[in-house]
Amino acid sequence: MNHTFTLPNSGHNYDAKASKLGMWLFLYTELLLFGGLFLVYMVYRSLNEEAFLLASFNLDVWMGTFNTVVLLTSSMTVAMSITALQLGDAKKSIMLLWLTIAAALIFLVVKYFEWGAKFEHGLFPGMDHFNTLPPGERLYFYLYFFMTGLHGLHVIVGGIFIGVVIHKIKNKSVNKNRYQLLENSGLYWHLVDLIWIYLFPLFYLIH
Amino acid sequence: MSETAAMPLNYLNVKKGIWSWLFTLDHKRIALLYLYSIGAFFLVGVALGVVMRLELFNPGRDIIEPQTYNQVFTLHGVIMIFLFIIPSIPAVFGNFFLPIMLGTDDVAFPRLNLFSWYLYIIGALFALSTLIYGNGPADTGWTFYAPYSVKTGTNVSMSVLAAFILGFSSILTGLNFIVTIHRLRTPGMTFNKMPLFSWALYATSWIQVLATPVIGITLMMIIAERMFGVGLFDPSIGGDPILYQHLFWIYSHPAVYIMALPAMGVVSEIIPTFAQRSIFGYKPIAYSSMAIAFVGYFVWGHHMFTSGMSGAAAIVFSILTFLVAIPTAIKVFNWVATLYKGSIDIQVPLLYALAFIFNFLIGGLTGLVLGALVVDVHVHDTYFVVGHFHYVMFGGTGFAFFGALHYWFPKIWGKMYNKTRANLAFALLFIGFNTLYFPMLVLGIMGMPRRYYDYLPEFHSLNQISTVGSWILVVGLLLMIFNLVAGYLKGQKVGGNPWNGITLEWQTDSPPPLHNFDKMPELPVGGPYNYPNAKSE
Repeated sequence: MNHTFTLPNSGHNYDAKASKLGMWLFLYTELLLFGGLFLVYMVYRSLNEEAFLLASFNLDVWMGTFNTVVLLTSSMTVAMSITALQLGDAKKSIMLLWLTIAAALIFLVVKYFEWGAKFEHGLFPGMDHFNTLPPGERLYFYLYFFMTGLHGLHVIVGGIFIGVVIHKIKNKSVNKNRYQLLENSGLYWHLVDLIWIYLFPLFYLIH
Repeated sequence: MSETAAMPLNYLNVKKGIWSWLFTLDHKRIALLYLYSIGAFFLVGVALGVVMRLELFNPGRDIIEPQTYNQVFTLHGVIMIFLFIIPSIPAVFGNFFLPIMLGTDDVAFPRLNLFSWYLYIIGALFALSTLIYGNGPADTGWTFYAPYSVKTGTNVSMSVLAAFILGFSSILTGLNFIVTIHRLRTPGMTFNKMPLFSWALYATSWIQVLATPVIGITLMMIIAERMFGVGLFDPSIGGDPILYQHLFWIYSHPAVYIMALPAMGVVSEIIPTFAQRSIFGYKPIAYSSMAIAFVGYFVWGHHMFTSGMSGAAAIVFSILTFLVAIPTAIKVFNWVATLYKGSIDIQVPLLYALAFIFNFLIGGLTGLVLGALVVDVHVHDTYFVVGHFHYVMFGGTGFAFFGALHYWFPKIWGKMYNKTRANLAFALLFIGFNTLYFPMLVLGIMGMPRRYYDYLPEFHSLNQISTVGSWILVVGLLLMIFNLVAGYLKGQKVGGNPWNGITLEWQTDSPPPLHNFDKMPELPVGGPYNYPNAKSE
């Protein structure tokens, strides 16, 4: 019996294309996860147009805009970091990833103040002021907290993912020739960005 | 030890100890982990089903209280759907045989594969934990329809969370299979030279990846609604319960094909092997799997004909539902045509495959009855639906699962079970199954509503027949399990290819070596099912 024989198409080989394909499939599932929420939002917005509009005036458009700019910039830095590693500049790549994480933190801090203001006004589901609102406005705030909360969770996960990649670039298991993990973290980060690009107009801008 | 030392090394004896199983990355061992856990939960589900049938033996109270009955049928549904039938064939036989049939040594992401199993176990423990903690298991039915699921005091949140976690296990398995099929086929095996089981798994995996997240987020909304009391689905505080039904069925209807397609894949493997001839209509069978997966997305509304839907929408959903019957019928015709002029060898797996066709035909045709708008209004929420569903799921997928178990048993363990006993067990299962479920179809037409604890006296005799059927079924099931365990313990050893099969798993030893192949597998000349000695037409 020949124990040294291994198949050329082994599942244990490093396969960048497989890894990328897997990541894309995972992104589809994320899109559909939010897709369900977008559907719910759409239905209730069309049923409670007035109430949604009134409720949306409680949001701070400027904070939302600032956060949009922050996230778009972070998408750029993560893309640049991939190019940097492909060109063999691991140091610059790591620096750009730290910038991305910094942007994630800024986003979360701004979000913290936004949510904090809503809490002060008693707009979180279950709070006193919230319970006095008409059903349509309650739905709006409920969806606002659910969707931005779930998105915030994705920002945190994406940040951790990028942190792991930084560690792996440092110990050279992610490098010029094996950069798929970095690219996957970038893809994930772009998704986080993309979802925000939809959340922002839905909650802040539609009038 | 002395015995195993003489045997060639295979995936079963290459490493020892419980940790070598719990931390294994080998797809074959993970498949067996799934088999044992899924089998255990299946028996729990069967026990709950038997309890229900006993309760329905006479009108009025027999053995349990109405509230307990509601919880029993919910738990039966949750266990059977989420813990048995959705993972059954893909997670066990897909995991074990997809890589071997493609001529590779593992799935694309072995670690993710093991992670999926752990998610499955965590989800299963959550589902079963409702038995012992909180206010008891959910009493909503496995569909968790709002607003009742939001209001009931039972432990809905935990059951729903369990379904959510199990959904992710299912997504990750699907993702793994798609990438495996795209990246790891043996050189020379194009998509159109893949075994049909891989095609079926491919279609299934796409549904798993694209439909499951929707139920995930819907179930999260139920939990949040219960926690914060926001009227998302509860009309008394501004929500829309119909929206919940839409979201639920957007996943759960395609999920029906997650359950059915792999079973069709198994039948497509068994039939050519025991007819010893090339499958009739390889491409139609392969592509009809994809067609079913595709059309299956657009038919969810047929669950809601009576719950408030515009007439135009109902007609569209009804027509689309009829469309699904076409690719399904294509498969059935091709299977039957494969048997025509084949050298048929009637063995246990073939019997299960034929039983699948028989039961699935009844299940499928009753499905058309339910898909027709006029009739559906009459039989909606009656035992007709229960009968239809069990014919498709148990008579179809369940029997295909047993068939796969008998077909691949010698490959998995390298031993053969007692065939006479297996035939007897099959006969009991088949008779018991039909005695159990056929009366339900009649009861439904007569108007007996589903999920009721009590019934009118005129339904008495048919309910008794049905309960007697459940006893026969259980005897058959126990005999089958006993026979397989006996075969595992002291069955006769078999060689690599006891059925004279032609797909790649039959080219390697039984049980397969750790990396599946000790030499490069060779593709059959002229297509995946081209038997060299088959009679020409």
